[in-house]
Amino acid sequence: MADPMKIRAQQKGDVTEIRVLVNHPMETGMRKDGDGNTVPAHYIQSFAVDIGGRRVIQGQTGTSIARNPVFAMKVKGVKAGDEVVVSWVDNKGDTRTDKAIVIN
Amino acid sequence: MDMMRRTLLKGAGSTGILAAALAAGVFRPTGAWAAESSRAAFETKDLAAAMTQIGAVGAAETKDLTLKAPDIAENGAMVPVDVVSNIPNTISIAVLVDANPFPLSSVFEFGADAVPEISVRLKLAQTSNVKAIAKTADGKYYVVQKEVKVTAGGCGG
Repeated sequence: MADPMKIRAQQKGDVTEIRVLVNHPMETGMRKDGDGNTVPAHYIQSFAVDIGGRRVIQGQTGTSIARNPVFAMKVKGVKAGDEVVVSWVDNKGDTRTDKAIVIN
Repeated sequence: MDMMRRTLLKGAGSTGILAAALAAGVFRPTGAWAAESSRAAFETKDLAAAMTQIGAVGAAETKDLTLKAPDIAENGAMVPVDVVSNIPNTISIAVLVDANPFPLSSVFEFGADAVPEISVRLKLAQTSNVKAIAKTADGKYYVVQKEVKVTAGGCGG
């Protein structure tokens, strides 16, 4: 099971800023370990952000995203107390969903 | 999530369902960048081919699309990049690293309430142009790019 994400959703005026820190190795499949063996690819392929049960942003990612990815996004029409749900799926089929509450 | 997309894709053939989905506040249809069709673009090693696969050939330059990235990155493993689109009706932004083995790094699709702005951290295998491509609801593509120098080796390496 993957480690939890850190999600912060803060209102700034009429825009809510969402920052997501994901714990993930994002292995490209090209790196070699100390013994010269290729480390198999292991990276997030898709993610989605829902607020109040509504999809606001979704995306796909490849191996050019850094290890432990950080995504920052902005959304309108959200109020403090709304629930933000972020989920991802990687190339091995692992998945993780975490939640946060929008703060002022 | 996949279920929702399938519903949308099916709905494209039946305007009734699509209209209902849109009315319900479900995601806007994103055409060529719907998940199932674009996965191959992430596995493409050729920049031109990746651009073709996301449909971005002949993208226009505009000052309404900005990309902020460092001029010099000491650590190519984590290069912060911010992309802001002021182009009306931007529905998605893709970020590419020209010189990476797999150039396409990410594609963000925006719902009606999302502001078309993203921040990501990229991996750069070497000094490269970083490109952002914005797509609008009427199927137009815009591009902005910036070179980021990676100081491999030496004290910064």
